[in-house]
Amino acid sequence: MNLYYTSTDHFVLLPAILLALFGCATLLFDFLVFPDPRQRRWLLICLVLGEACAGIRFWRQQEFLNAYGGELTAFNGALTVDQFGLFFQWIFLATTLIVGLISYKYLEVREEHHGEYYGLLMLAQCGMFFLACGTELVTIFVGLETMAVTFYILVGFLRADKRSNEAAMKYLLLGGLSSGFLAYGFSVLYGIAGSTKLRVIAEAVSARNAWDPILLLAIATTAVGLLFKISAAPFHMWAPDAYEGAPTSITAFLAVGSKAASFALLMRLFFGPLGSARESWAPLMIAASILSMIIGNFAAVTQTNTKRLLAYSGVNHAGYILLGLIAGNPTGLKGMLVYLLIYTFMNLGAFLVLTVLTRKGLAGEDINDLNGLMQRAPGYAIWMLIFLVSLAGIPPTGGFFGKYFIFLALLETGHTTLAIIAALFVAVSVYYYFRLIKAIFIHKEEQDTPPLATSLGIRLALGVTGVLTLLIGVYPEPFLRLAQMSISR
Amino acid sequence: MVETALFYAFAVLTIAGAILTVTLRNAIHCAISLIGSLAGVAGLYLLQQAEFLFAVQIVLYIGGIMVLFLFVIMLVNLDAAAKERQYHRHWLAAAVCVAGTGALFTAFLLRGQTLVKPAAVEQAEPVAGNVETIAVALFQQFLVPFEVASLLLLVAIVGGVVMAKKRI
Repeated sequence: MNLYYTSTDHFVLLPAILLALFGCATLLFDFLVFPDPRQRRWLLICLVLGEACAGIRFWRQQEFLNAYGGELTAFNGALTVDQFGLFFQWIFLATTLIVGLISYKYLEVREEHHGEYYGLLMLAQCGMFFLACGTELVTIFVGLETMAVTFYILVGFLRADKRSNEAAMKYLLLGGLSSGFLAYGFSVLYGIAGSTKLRVIAEAVSARNAWDPILLLAIATTAVGLLFKISAAPFHMWAPDAYEGAPTSITAFLAVGSKAASFALLMRLFFGPLGSARESWAPLMIAASILSMIIGNFAAVTQTNTKRLLAYSGVNHAGYILLGLIAGNPTGLKGMLVYLLIYTFMNLGAFLVLTVLTRKGLAGEDINDLNGLMQRAPGYAIWMLIFLVSLAGIPPTGGFFGKYFIFLALLETGHTTLAIIAALFVAVSVYYYFRLIKAIFIHKEEQDTPPLATSLGIRLALGVTGVLTLLIGVYPEPFLRLAQMSISR
Repeated sequence: MVETALFYAFAVLTIAGAILTVTLRNAIHCAISLIGSLAGVAGLYLLQQAEFLFAVQIVLYIGGIMVLFLFVIMLVNLDAAAKERQYHRHWLAAAVCVAGTGALFTAFLLRGQTLVKPAAVEQAEPVAGNVETIAVALFQQFLVPFEVASLLLLVAIVGGVVMAKKRI
């Protein structure tokens, strides 16, 4: 075993190499080839090209797995390509692409349009790649940090805006703290297993009693670090401030991309190596889930800033997705994947409509800024209605299926009380989503508000997110099959 | 015998340097005692036959990072800093922290092996020499994270430039 770089290694790593190369190329192009601010659209095209190349490579991996089944292990067990990881790679790809499309106009309006932005988007996705397919603790941690550092920068990208500075600072400090927790947990796991490979850790963990004190220490610190990253209560305090201060396009990226990547890691760890110690971490997760639903819902009710409102709604959704982990059966796993897939599109869509509301000198983040959207732009108003209804989990939209499988899994495993609590909170969440809908359809527009800041890219992204949100609700079979395939080993 | 004597010498150097770093008033003196402490740690590495870590400790910490510290200290107004009160008088909190850490240390020293049951460490391929072993670990076992770390640093540099420069 003295080959440093086999063809399997190459096949597995190539998408990440392409993303990193295109990311660096964008940074260089911005400086050397397209210095003129009017040439920025070429950088966006560079991003689209990079995603297309990475997409082709992911497709090759998908074809290989579909044909031969199983999984591909590379670099001595550091990376593993399986259906589960690829499912998340597709989510990251779609997210980055859509965020790139909606950013262009928004950054113009906020007068902070720099080429570095597009490079950083791709480098963040590169970090997510290692989160979804890393099966070795050091790789996972370095990938996580690459993603997190990129996000600290992107959150503070509106450099002239004090709120953006504040958000970046808070996110940096609390994000650093949570990474510290995670690193501590990882180091204890290494102490338990004597190896950083998840496969070896799984054996070492299952050999121990679930209530072994040192194992408890590892689980508690790892869980706290991950709950921070997915912004579940009581570790959600960074989310409202970071979401509010960040550029709205980055808020969307943070709410969807970062959360999906952290969930990928959470599921990989807690269904994998830590799965055998389920009885010791299940109470912790139940508490976090219920707290997330309580805090997320009741705090969202009083918000007047739409970005803060969606931040608390994100806390609430994190609580729901955690329920799938608590159920822990295949239905729960499938429910989590379906939920994350739908959450990607409906949340991106909702934030997309908020970016359009931002005009020169108008933040467009107050609920009142949605007033009379139906008269001004019926298309955006109706799509926003669909996104909000889906976020609330009402059929015939996709959000319903996410919640349906989670509830089904809870009932199958006998967590009836939890299912009832979760169902009750759906009713609370309907209230604040309908506050937004009321503003859009019933309230009258204020005088002479400037026209919406739209562009071709935004309309394209709106179409894709909107159609998928509806399609998953109306014709869910292919998406369910995709999720089913991702969990079958 | 010589080894034990050396261990105690380096340990005293490390701890004394650390104590002086937090107790001295003049920031320059603090920085110099920190160098003493770091050099003590470097000596401890050498006693463990970790030559590579020893060299890195000297070159990076005592060389690079200390120079950065001194740069920062030069930007601080030393006279004003020296007049300020040096400690918060939070005796209770300090006592609790010290007692807690002390209890943890004692517990691990006395019952660590039975309580924790650490696993045997997976050995890298046996190669002659410490530096070679680290090279094999870095460029075979941990090749991917090693490369991704360079991406992480690149992102951090770009971020620093984006945040700090007026016109980009």
